[in-house]
Amino acid sequence: MRSIIYLLFVLLGVSGIYFMLEYNFLAAVELAVYAGGIIILYINAIMLIDKIGVPMEKPKVGRQILAGIISVFSLAVSLFAIYSYHFIQAAHPRGTSVEQLGKHLLSYGDNGYILPFELISIFFLAVLVGAIVIAKTSKPIK
Amino acid sequence: MIEGVSIYEILTLTTTVFFIGVYGFVTRKNLMGMLISIELILNSAAVNFVAINKYLFPAKMDGDIFSIFIIAVAAAETALALAIIINLYRLVLSVKTKDLETMKY
Amino acid sequence: MDLRFSVLILLIPLSVFLILGLFFRRIKQPLAGYIGIAGLSLTSILSFFVAYEYFFHIGNVGGVFQKIVVGQISWLHFTSTMSINLGILIDPISALMLIVVPLISLMVHIYSMGYMKGEGGFTRFYAFLSLFTFSMLGLVLSSNLFQIYIFWELVGVSSYSLIGYYYTKPSAVLAAKKAFIVTRFADLGFLIGLLILSFYAKTFDFVTLTNPAFIHSLNGQTTTFIGLSVITWALILIFIGGAGKSAMFPLHIWLPDAMEGPTPVSALIHAATMVVAGVFLVARLFPMYYLIEGGIALQLVMVVGTFTTLFAAIIAITQHDIKRVLAFSTMSQIGYMMLALGVSRYEGPDGLGFTAAMSHLFTHAMFKGLLFLCAGSIIHVVHSNYMQDMGGLRKYMPITHITFLVATLAISGIPPFSGFFSKDEILAAAFEHHKLVWFTGWIVAGLTSFYMFRLYFRIFWWNDPVYKHKPHESPKSITFPLIILAFMAAFSGFIPFSHFISPDYIPFQSHMEWGLAGASVGIGLVGFIFAWVLYKKENDLSTRLSKAFGFFYKSAYRKFYMDELYMFITKEIVFKRISAPFAWFDRHVVDSSMNGIGNSTVWISDKIKGIQSGRVQDYAMYFVSGVTIISMILWFLIK
Repeated sequence: MRSIIYLLFVLLGVSGIYFMLEYNFLAAVELAVYAGGIIILYINAIMLIDKIGVPMEKPKVGRQILAGIISVFSLAVSLFAIYSYHFIQAAHPRGTSVEQLGKHLLSYGDNGYILPFELISIFFLAVLVGAIVIAKTSKPIK
Repeated sequence: MIEGVSIYEILTLTTTVFFIGVYGFVTRKNLMGMLISIELILNSAAVNFVAINKYLFPAKMDGDIFSIFIIAVAAAETALALAIIINLYRLVLSVKTKDLETMKY
Repeated sequence: MDLRFSVLILLIPLSVFLILGLFFRRIKQPLAGYIGIAGLSLTSILSFFVAYEYFFHIGNVGGVFQKIVVGQISWLHFTSTMSINLGILIDPISALMLIVVPLISLMVHIYSMGYMKGEGGFTRFYAFLSLFTFSMLGLVLSSNLFQIYIFWELVGVSSYSLIGYYYTKPSAVLAAKKAFIVTRFADLGFLIGLLILSFYAKTFDFVTLTNPAFIHSLNGQTTTFIGLSVITWALILIFIGGAGKSAMFPLHIWLPDAMEGPTPVSALIHAATMVVAGVFLVARLFPMYYLIEGGIALQLVMVVGTFTTLFAAIIAITQHDIKRVLAFSTMSQIGYMMLALGVSRYEGPDGLGFTAAMSHLFTHAMFKGLLFLCAGSIIHVVHSNYMQDMGGLRKYMPITHITFLVATLAISGIPPFSGFFSKDEILAAAFEHHKLVWFTGWIVAGLTSFYMFRLYFRIFWWNDPVYKHKPHESPKSITFPLIILAFMAAFSGFIPFSHFISPDYIPFQSHMEWGLAGASVGIGLVGFIFAWVLYKKENDLSTRLSKAFGFFYKSAYRKFYMDELYMFITKEIVFKRISAPFAWFDRHVVDSSMNGIGNSTVWISDKIKGIQSGRVQDYAMYFVSGVTIISMILWFLIK
């Protein structure tokens, strides 16, 4: 249960980063969709499933150590890769306006993202139907 | 572009969050815990996209748009995963990963 | 004239074998018998024709018989001088065999129509008979040593199949195995000798090997091994191969057991043809045996032959089974042939021993084949092999009686039957060169007469035992060959062999030594009288005599315990001491390492299968670590 709240905080942080990168739209979207929708969904699911009061099990120590080693090692490799590359940073920054975003999403020339846009909508339809099919009960509710 | 913060730090941040998510995914004994870790991974990836876009290629907008899609997909996937978990719970009456090892050798 | 059609002599029996062997389900008796007889008659006619042509028309060029090589194809070519060919060689001894082998084989084929009637596997019998005839003819017509080895082995295989004809009888199977293994073991010696000889002489060809000039050049070989030249060793080893096939001591143990086969088989293979293969081989290589190092190898031949003659004759006196008596008699007579070869010299009339050996081969084939076929006729009627179950058969089986009597007179050396002439020639040759050998041969002639007449009187004259069915004469298919062979046994003594066969290919006149002849006839009559007294009328004199001889009788009856000795050597020494450690090694070291590999694979996979844990989290862990490692590798590669 607490992990969900922590996730909420992480999402708030991510949203903050978006704000700092002058990507206001996405920050708002993040807050609305993620923090608002998904976290609520999680909380609902956990209410349905878990017994709240019971403390969660700890994984085996061996497993923790092994996973920890692998993660730290991979982290080190990634950081090494990042830091050894000389990023050329652009001079002037730029904010993102919703208007531009909308144009790009719906244009079908070069740099147009109309196709993924449409696909996403169909994709949502599929997910919707799928979730309902999976989660419905077979017995009618008395 | 954030004043005073170079891309290295942002990338470090996202990479760290990513691997924390990996660690959590591998370690959690609870299905919900695994899903939460996945959320972490996805979010860090989205921030990564946006950061690189903003710092290195300000003229283009690919990263921004792509991160929108990432959020969309993440949301959909979460919904589906939760539906599956609820169904599974009805069958097995538990959400511990230990009880789901049916594909063992 | 072109003798190339003589290859048909080999091809006809081979094709009969193939036809009968491949179609044995469709061809039943008596069709199989007719096919066999037809094929063999054709072969006989061709062989007789070739022999006739050789002896009387083309062979004799300027007083010397030629070695005619009819067709040679080069089979395996090694160097410019040495290659293994396949060819047909016709010279006096092979022409002689060309008469003997098809004649006896034809008689056996006709005989088997009656004898094997109603047996299961009739077709198989005729198929193997044809195979045997093919192999034997190939053996005598071979033009080089390697080809003779090939046919040598083929003859062994046919003998094995025919001895083990009654394959459901365990004793027959054991006997077949014993025959094959003992002869194969001897053939090892043959092979090694053959290889050594070909290495030093650089050729396999008989025409070259029997050329005296060539042999003299070989004599200059300086390589020696324990004091004897390598060539002598090669000849000794080749003789060992021949001794195995001809049942010389100590490789004779298979011959008595080979009597488990049907009697026609014994007649054909173990009396007339296969067992003389060893004699034939020594005769073929006779110039080498005589001229290399002063003939040391030939001395060995003589010693072995003499010893075997005496050894076999003593055992034959005590045996009760007809076929076993005849088997030991065969051994004894072949000993005579080896003995004769051993005392022979090379030039002119001194080569009498050689001629005597070959003439004895001829007459022996006739009368021994006849004896075996008569024995078969008797066994067929009485349903028992043992002399104790027979007696007074002269009243019931007249034709068998007369022919058996003819053969017995022949083998005992009573004139004017054929055995007298050939045996007398052997004894004359032996007397000239080695008195002790002559003396042994003379004693054995008496023993031969004794045991053969013992057999004759016991079967045909003793009182009648109780017969299960009243005995009757055998059918014509059986008696016809008996009559033909009796004719040959009686009159073939008059053939002047020395006009045709001599070691240096120059015919010579042989003459009768009346004193020696009288001596051999005399001792033959002594044997006859002993047998008359002991066996003509029923009495227990023989039993009292055998008790009087006591231990000596017993050991002769048990074949001087040779079989027990062999069993001891193989079981205790070879099996336990030599084979068992090897078997242990094979089982525990070789097999266990193979098993170990298998087991360790299973153990490793057992440990590794934990990777397939069914937990998604583990898979994710492997995935992440894999990606990291690959990216590291790529990093270092691209850097």
